[in-house]
Amino acid sequence: MPDDQRKSLLRITSIETLYFDRIYALHGLSLEVKEREIFAVLGPNGAGKTTLLKTIAGLLKDQPKKGAIEFGGKKIQRLAPERVASLGIVYVPEDRGLFRELTVAENLELGCWGRRDKEVNSDMEEVLGLFPILKGRSKQQAETLSGGEQQMLAIARALLRRPKLLMVDEPSLGLAPLMARTVYDALLKISKAGTTILLVEQNARLALSIAHYGYIMESGRIVLEGTAKELSENEDVQELYLGLGGETAASPKGWRLYKKRRRW
Amino acid sequence: MDNFLQYLVSGLSIGSLYSLVAIGLVVIYRSNRILNFAHGDVTTAGTFFAFFMLSSNFSFAVSAVAALVFGALIAMAFYFCILVPAQRRDATQLGQIILTVGLGLILQGAVQYFGGTEPQSFPFPLSEYIVYKIGVVSLSQLSLGTLAASLLSCFLFYLLVQKTRLGLAMRATSENLPAAQTLGIPTRRILAISWGLAAGLGVVAGLFLAPALLLDPFFMLEPFLKGFAAAILGGLNSLPGAIVGGLILGVAEALTGGFVSIAFKNSLAFIVIILVLLVRPEGLLGEEFKERV
Repeated sequence: MPDDQRKSLLRITSIETLYFDRIYALHGLSLEVKEREIFAVLGPNGAGKTTLLKTIAGLLKDQPKKGAIEFGGKKIQRLAPERVASLGIVYVPEDRGLFRELTVAENLELGCWGRRDKEVNSDMEEVLGLFPILKGRSKQQAETLSGGEQQMLAIARALLRRPKLLMVDEPSLGLAPLMARTVYDALLKISKAGTTILLVEQNARLALSIAHYGYIMESGRIVLEGTAKELSENEDVQELYLGLGGETAASPKGWRLYKKRRRW
Repeated sequence: MDNFLQYLVSGLSIGSLYSLVAIGLVVIYRSNRILNFAHGDVTTAGTFFAFFMLSSNFSFAVSAVAALVFGALIAMAFYFCILVPAQRRDATQLGQIILTVGLGLILQGAVQYFGGTEPQSFPFPLSEYIVYKIGVVSLSQLSLGTLAASLLSCFLFYLLVQKTRLGLAMRATSENLPAAQTLGIPTRRILAISWGLAAGLGVVAGLFLAPALLLDPFFMLEPFLKGFAAAILGGLNSLPGAIVGGLILGVAEALTGGFVSIAFKNSLAFIVIILVLLVRPEGLLGEEFKERV
């Protein structure tokens, strides 16, 4: 549960990100991520969830146009992606961002880029302990892995950078439910070990099962926020994201003649 | 049969130089997704630099190394001072390719201004007229040296790309730029090094071509086009493909020149390419970029 004693790690204040200088993807969005917790950003397609993560990671050139992103008290908006990465923000993109032609071992080695400390080897062991399946596949090209294994590799590689903030975009995308569960269990373990996680997900049920705090995003804005418990009990969230309730309002034929008004 | 072997070996020797040129083009294409039309002119500039050094009585080794560095510096300066700002302003791929054409023309003008347009003979430690006989094949000192030097360069480049951390970073950067950036790999520096290495390999080819041809500001035009063709033959995004493509092109050229007619030398080589591309549009060892979720 979020308690106010915890330090805020990432603070975003009313950022605006535009595509082609005129299409608003993020529309004055603010949110806060506190240390050592799992934060989930939920929302439908096109809400701007991925844009949010890309903006933080610095992958969108000259964006955000307005607003501030503070990481550990330092302004990081509009920095080059390499600089953002060097501050300890690691982004696992939706397509997993693997080097497909390189082997699993090489992908992991690239995760240690720039690290000179002696703990690289023990970290590698630890990561492989978290995802034992990768150990047997170290000589295989990354593109030959299954979707779930690729996701694990992407998260493992991100962990080797010792992130202060791990941003994961749709980790359950395209995975069988059981595989998605495995990935989520791993995320929970990573969080318990002390890494802050910012999670973007369409699968609200899965995300809220491990998150401490959640934001609901629609058309570039945060429309609702609360602890995971509050959100899962919220009537609108239940109906629109969890597929529960609202049955009384449906007609006997199975559809409703009016659109339920949201209260945000 | 004896003739066949003879043509084969001399074809391999000239083909290995095409391979070097092709590798330079492929490295740039893989990492930047653009075709470098200035490649030949950077090479010419480097070779002329060696020529000036030799004229000022420097030893050949010193001049050769200086020429490699000079060529690499031109390419890296072009990357940092022209291409990076252009990319920052969202230049399209075609725009960037035109920039390389522009660089090529500028270099051509500079070489003409400083080096003159008269063909000059390039003083080289290996002679074309000392011929060794190995079995039935006779090879000039120059072709032997060419073959050795280019195979060695290819091998060293292979080691660099496959076995070192720098090479790993180069492969990663060329395969998935945003992912490399988010891992904190200094991609600009890595790409600049790729430009430098590509130009360096080109200058090696130029140094060995200059004594066989005569040195003038346009002497690299034909080898550049052949290297380009070799790169496409091998599949524009494959380094082994570039080597194989160059060797095949060299051998095809030598065999045609020997058995058919010297006049057909260039055309038949390109007919081979057309045939290969008809059967395998992605080139011999190339792979299409494919997306899989």
